[in-house]
Amino acid sequence: MTTQATDTDSLDLRGGEPLKRSLARALRRQKIRALLLITPLLAFIVIGFLFPIGSMLSRSVENDIMMEILPQTIVQLDEWDVDSTELPSEEVFLALVTDLQIAAENRTALNFARRMNFESAGFTTMVRRAQRSVRTWDLETDGPFRDQMIELHAGWGDIANWRALKAYSSPYTIGYYLAAVDLTMVTGHIEPLPDNQSLHLMLFWRTAWMSGLICFLTLVLGYPVAFMLANVKERYANILLIMVLLPFWTSLLVRTSSWKVLLQEQGVINQLLVWVGIVADDNRLTMINNKFGVVIAMTHILLPFMILPLYSVMKTIPPTYVRAAKSLGANDWTAFWRVYFPQSVPGIGAGAILVFIMAVGYYITPELVGGPSGMFISNRIAHQWNVSGNWGLVGALGTILLVAVLILYWVYDKIVGIDNVKLG
Amino acid sequence: MALPSYASPLQRVWHYAFRILCGLIFFFLMFPIAVIIPLSFNAQDFFTFTSEMLALDPAGYSLKHYVDFFTNPDWQQAMWNSLSIAPMATLVSVSLGTLAAIGLSQSHVPFKRVIMAVLISPMIVPLIISAAGMYFFFSAIGLQGTYWGVVLAHANLGIPFVIITVTATMVGFDRSLTRAAASMGAGPVRTFFKIQLPLILPGVISGALFAFITSFDEVVVVIFVGSAAQQTLPWQMFTGLREQISPTILAVATLMVVLSIMLLATLEIMRRRNERLRGMTPG
Repeated sequence: MTTQATDTDSLDLRGGEPLKRSLARALRRQKIRALLLITPLLAFIVIGFLFPIGSMLSRSVENDIMMEILPQTIVQLDEWDVDSTELPSEEVFLALVTDLQIAAENRTALNFARRMNFESAGFTTMVRRAQRSVRTWDLETDGPFRDQMIELHAGWGDIANWRALKAYSSPYTIGYYLAAVDLTMVTGHIEPLPDNQSLHLMLFWRTAWMSGLICFLTLVLGYPVAFMLANVKERYANILLIMVLLPFWTSLLVRTSSWKVLLQEQGVINQLLVWVGIVADDNRLTMINNKFGVVIAMTHILLPFMILPLYSVMKTIPPTYVRAAKSLGANDWTAFWRVYFPQSVPGIGAGAILVFIMAVGYYITPELVGGPSGMFISNRIAHQWNVSGNWGLVGALGTILLVAVLILYWVYDKIVGIDNVKLG
Repeated sequence: MALPSYASPLQRVWHYAFRILCGLIFFFLMFPIAVIIPLSFNAQDFFTFTSEMLALDPAGYSLKHYVDFFTNPDWQQAMWNSLSIAPMATLVSVSLGTLAAIGLSQSHVPFKRVIMAVLISPMIVPLIISAAGMYFFFSAIGLQGTYWGVVLAHANLGIPFVIITVTATMVGFDRSLTRAAASMGAGPVRTFFKIQLPLILPGVISGALFAFITSFDEVVVVIFVGSAAQQTLPWQMFTGLREQISPTILAVATLMVVLSIMLLATLEIMRRRNERLRGMTPG
């Protein structure tokens, strides 16, 4: 028995195979089996979710439409200095006419005009006027084209338009990101947009501070409730928990519509206030289509998402600690603040980040009860998508929002761990 | 939280004040949901209580908004769309999700954190971004505005919930049971259906309920990915609330509250069953 070794290397199975190799093979087989079970879903999510989002977000830098429609003009414009006070040379105009002739033939000229219009208004009319006439021009004999183009539309003689065209001509652009933070490079240099067009930074800021406020309010309202749930007899806690879970399970649309009904000028709350006599009938409170409406409705909607993580943490706090503190002479407040509260902080962190992550991406509630002054960044994204069709800007705004959410999510993962997310 | 007999007057005051405070917060949670139920029986087209309603006069109440819901072709179409999209999306999420959750709870899974992050991602990404992304993708592959497009989009959104609930149930699953089954000659498929599935069924069902309600409640993605032919109930409510606000919405809302009560009850039964089953198996 002296040959018996603890080292698995020297242990052989009956078939003559070393044990170590056999174990490794079993492990490998186990890993493969696990991966095989996961693969269908992983493929489903990667193809059906992550890839679409990635390609949508990549629109935020793609700008090849300019190169596609105006290839020669852009090459010619290379020579021209953005800061020059003179119009581009005749060669540039010749190239422009050439490009426009082809584009007019393919009916693509307005696509580039639409792209430029996102940055500087007026390109649509300039192109529309030009493409009607350039079709009939002969490139060889009808030149020079500069003055003819300017005659078609004075915009072609405006240096500002040429600067914009040059600035936004590269196949990849930071232009959409600039627009997403209220900057522009229409002059060839990065500058702030005029105040009447600056909206996004304000919306990002509003989304952040209102989400913060909602988060704070859910904490203030959720903490006592979670405390109570964790400290009453289990029988009562189960009944009280239903009052938290029912709103949690009720459709978002139902809760939003009920707030719309409650907060209206002819709604239940105003009716009650008038009946009590606090508010005059002709002076009803405006509680909807403003920030107030959004904050109160979203606080209600997100409150369960604060209570549930708080409750699950508080349930695990042993009551003996508080009793020990009291027996050592702490009064109720000290026992709570110095002993109980610090133990509930992980729950606060989890709930607060969860509520904040959910709030910054909200669309439905601000859309329905927010009005223009209660609009969030998501509503702006939807607007850019629906109304303006500015998909590059949708991508840029979306990327910024997503990066913010992912950072918060990463923090959440550090504090709570995604494996520990609990539902209901 | 019972008040001890030696409590000081201040403690007594605080004790009751705290209960009142919590009562008010519970009221805040429940009131908006409770208030729409009586309002949905309003005989008038108002969104407030009429004086007849407050006087509990039967003439102030009627079922007309419910009648409207069940006879109006738009609402009926929306209801059938919801009822045909949500179960199919749930089926896709649950079947793929359960398999993956079983895979994830094996003892050696390479890249577990990354895989988990990917599978949970539909829950994290703001809906508007998911919606815009899926719109372009589904347009490119010709699924935009189709039933299957909406089903697949909703299946994506439901998957994280299935993963979370099923992996949570798998934690309490005693692996020696499958080994026992295998040692008695059952194949992997039979072991799964006869041994594993019945034991993790509560988790699978709660995951399914979550996936169902996610699809059933979802508005943003369906607006982007669907077309008028896939108009679901929440979509119809959304347009209703934005444009011509009709009291029929209150009847729909009440029916949806009833649905969520039923789901909640089912979930509670599942949870208790799961706890009972876990009580039997050690660890």
